[in-house]
Amino acid sequence: MMSTNDARGGGKYFSQGPDDRRRMLDRIGVKSVDDLFASIPENLRFCEPLPVEDSLAELDLVRHLQDLAAQNGPAGGALSFLGAGCYPHYVPAHVDALIQRQEFMTSYTPYQPEISQGMLQSIFEFQSLICMLTAMDVCNASMYDGGSGVGEAVLMARRLRKRGGRVLWSEALHPAYREVAMTYATHLDLAFELLPVGSDGRTVLSEIDDDVVAVVLQQPNFFGIIEDLRRAGENLKEAPAKLVVATAEPLAWALAVPAGEVGADIVVGELQSFGNALNYGGPMVGFMACRQEAVRSLPGRLAGQTVDEDGHRGFVLTLATREQHIRREKATSNICTNTALCALATCIYLCSLGRSGLQELARTNVAKGSYARTQVVTDAKLPAVYSGPHFNEFVVRVPEDAEQVVRRCGERGVVPGVALGRFDPERRDQLLICATEVHRRADIDRLAATLAEVCS
Amino acid sequence: MSSSEMRRGRIDTQGQLKSEPLIFERGGPGRIGYALPELDVPEVNVEASWGRDQMRRDLVGFPEVSEVEVVRHFTRLSQSNFGVETGLFPLGSCTMKYNPKVHERLARLQGFAEAHPLMPDQLSQGALELMSRLERALAGITGMAKVSLQPAAGAQGELTGIMMIAAYHAHMGEQRQKVLIPDSAHGTNPASASLCGLEPVQIASNNNGTIDVAALRATADRNTAALMLTNPNTLGLFEEQMEEISRIVHDCGGQIYCDGANLNAILGKTRPGDIGVDVFHINLHKTFTTPHGGGGPGSGPVAVADHLAPFLPRPTVERELSSGRLRLEWERPQSIGRVQAFQGNFAILVRAYAYIRALGADGLRQVAEDAVLNANYLRVRLADHYHLPYPQPCMHEVVFSDRLQNRCDVTAMDICKRLMDYGYHPPTVYFPLVVHGALMIEPTESASRDELDAFAEAMIAIAEEAETDPERVRQAPHSTSIGRLDEARAARRPILRWVPREAEEPATVGA
Repeated sequence: MMSTNDARGGGKYFSQGPDDRRRMLDRIGVKSVDDLFASIPENLRFCEPLPVEDSLAELDLVRHLQDLAAQNGPAGGALSFLGAGCYPHYVPAHVDALIQRQEFMTSYTPYQPEISQGMLQSIFEFQSLICMLTAMDVCNASMYDGGSGVGEAVLMARRLRKRGGRVLWSEALHPAYREVAMTYATHLDLAFELLPVGSDGRTVLSEIDDDVVAVVLQQPNFFGIIEDLRRAGENLKEAPAKLVVATAEPLAWALAVPAGEVGADIVVGELQSFGNALNYGGPMVGFMACRQEAVRSLPGRLAGQTVDEDGHRGFVLTLATREQHIRREKATSNICTNTALCALATCIYLCSLGRSGLQELARTNVAKGSYARTQVVTDAKLPAVYSGPHFNEFVVRVPEDAEQVVRRCGERGVVPGVALGRFDPERRDQLLICATEVHRRADIDRLAATLAEVCS
Repeated sequence: MSSSEMRRGRIDTQGQLKSEPLIFERGGPGRIGYALPELDVPEVNVEASWGRDQMRRDLVGFPEVSEVEVVRHFTRLSQSNFGVETGLFPLGSCTMKYNPKVHERLARLQGFAEAHPLMPDQLSQGALELMSRLERALAGITGMAKVSLQPAAGAQGELTGIMMIAAYHAHMGEQRQKVLIPDSAHGTNPASASLCGLEPVQIASNNNGTIDVAALRATADRNTAALMLTNPNTLGLFEEQMEEISRIVHDCGGQIYCDGANLNAILGKTRPGDIGVDVFHINLHKTFTTPHGGGGPGSGPVAVADHLAPFLPRPTVERELSSGRLRLEWERPQSIGRVQAFQGNFAILVRAYAYIRALGADGLRQVAEDAVLNANYLRVRLADHYHLPYPQPCMHEVVFSDRLQNRCDVTAMDICKRLMDYGYHPPTVYFPLVVHGALMIEPTESASRDELDAFAEAMIAIAEEAETDPERVRQAPHSTSIGRLDEARAARRPILRWVPREAEEPATVGA
């Protein structure tokens, strides 16, 4: 037997030395560790080494991962104007430092509240912040992402309406969110119909009859346009249909009238913009918020306030009878984990920006988006597709296939936006461009100049 | 000194205030914890551009705090939280092993952290290469044919797997409604089946704690879509009759779904794909040590046998044979669709991949061996003091019950609260449901022998206290910043948010 653990092969992650193992086997009363696997019938055992790549000691591991990271655009300095549900915002260093505290990062779901008050209180603060932002009564402790959130919202609307029927959703609801929701609703008695957008980019609402289970809009919508939620709320006031308002870019809600003020039944979406990096699309931070009377139908964890035996305020996970570990097949959802650490980053970020900072950042994003639109329209001579007010994204028409435009801009070190043909073949000549506070004036000028060159 | 007397001062020996106000109760007007650069483009009059009736007036109730206040607040909050590095965290079924620090560095490499999921494939070769290699590694570890890294958590992996099975049966022209699930299963199993519109049917466990094969044989029929099992099961026991189970289910045309929560016990020892499993989900946040994060994010890749590959979520990661370049393949006509807006929890995948590369084949096998060794060591050290419902050797976790302590009116809940005073996170309690008053202990391979000895001694001390001073156990914990909380009250009168005093005023103009 070796005298020390071989530190290659992850040996430094094991705390037993060879002598420890021998003494433990003696105490258990078996000759070798193989005896402890005797319950696996011989013909079911795997007796070769696992077919995985050779192990790497930490120095080599770091080099290998650096090589892989270097093969991605950002490492090579590519300037990106991609948005479409995943937004580049600056994350202050202290946010990232705080979530790396092991007490947060390595802890488990706070089912033992006496030793989890840190996580529970921060979840309560998170829930409170999102309620305030959306003007809703209750918000859950986060979900996987905006897409699965919209899926769960459709299921919840159906539960609340106690019937199947039609779901009317905007073509300006993120196409990926729609695809996820349809996957979630595969076996259900729901038919999905698209609501079109007008020339201003806003959703055109039709007659909402009693057969409609839910109407789903997005704010700002997938094309970056600010929807008139006030009018939507008015239209739906008398209808039994549930108004679901989704968001992929909640920063706009620092300025826009919150959906809870204008009659939304469910607000759902993505909070990645607040305190989380792009990370090639994951992990994200979904959330769902609803009215007080619907709370028992809400999926996901909930932190609630209570007291201990001395009357001191404390927090616990509550209303667990909605959840899978109690209700099992009758649960509101099968969701178990949420995205706690990402939601914590969101909470810390929102606290740091605070009452004035969030609005200032939102105004900066409007300014950057507006400047980008002006420059692209005038310098690159690409017409904007929609005339309505927009946040930090907008759509332009290019003379040919937007995929080709993206490819040629890529050769010049610029990723100008998302070619919308990948979502809808009728939009093959459309490009969705996003500009946030991370884009400097010179970056935006370069975008416009590159597009001008490529599209001339 | 009573518990409440000890806590009354609410100052610990470091002179620290143990309770922390809400962030909303801190701060003051004009404070801010963020710095924005000067605007270098023309300002926009948003009110004029959007219209006043589209604007909110204010963010009523949002904090106004400096960076220092934010950092102190969350630092203090963290101090009343127990992490894996605080001490032994033997939470059964959760595999609370050490999360290597190097993973945090690697996940934050610029090329990964700043990569947008909609980048053209040619600019994402690093991300796609990592995903491709991770898929291959997970396929090799599980003995399955193909893997999707898209599901964001184990429960979502289950949903994906059951959906694929349903799609497969539909493709075969069959309508099968029933999903057979052992009574020892995790709650997500029946919940996932229900979410797919299928009907969970419970299968009893036998006296050995494993699936009652006779009951399975009597229940499985042409209406069976799938059996969902966990192997080793939630009692930490290997389903020894796996071959017979597989034959019964497959003979009637059903599929076998295996919950991979307990993969830590069998790494390199057996592979689900070799022993009859058709769909297997993996909890990267358990077996592959991505951090639990206080409840997430997790990642639940799903691995399938060949015949189910066409139904995997789209897109898949494919390599062009001619150029060797990787791309996302969207043309998957039989795919069930997608379960995430993008490709999955990539930053979590980075950590899992790094771990597998650090361990290699030998290290992965060592994980299973040490995990199983550690659990059995605790089994024998505690068997004279706690009731062991299934006395045979366990795998990576061991389940005791509180039956002996019940004689003194001490419950599993009391024991776990008292363990906090000894500096441990409690084990899992009251799960699996098949054991009354269950205490499920999973030390993982991260624990050393002396740590295990200290834990065993604490458990033995508590067993003694249950007899000599049961009130002390029933009143525990005594040394935490807060005592037992009134959970009934939290559910009866839910307070789920803080409400600002100004909330009576509308937050918008023109309302």
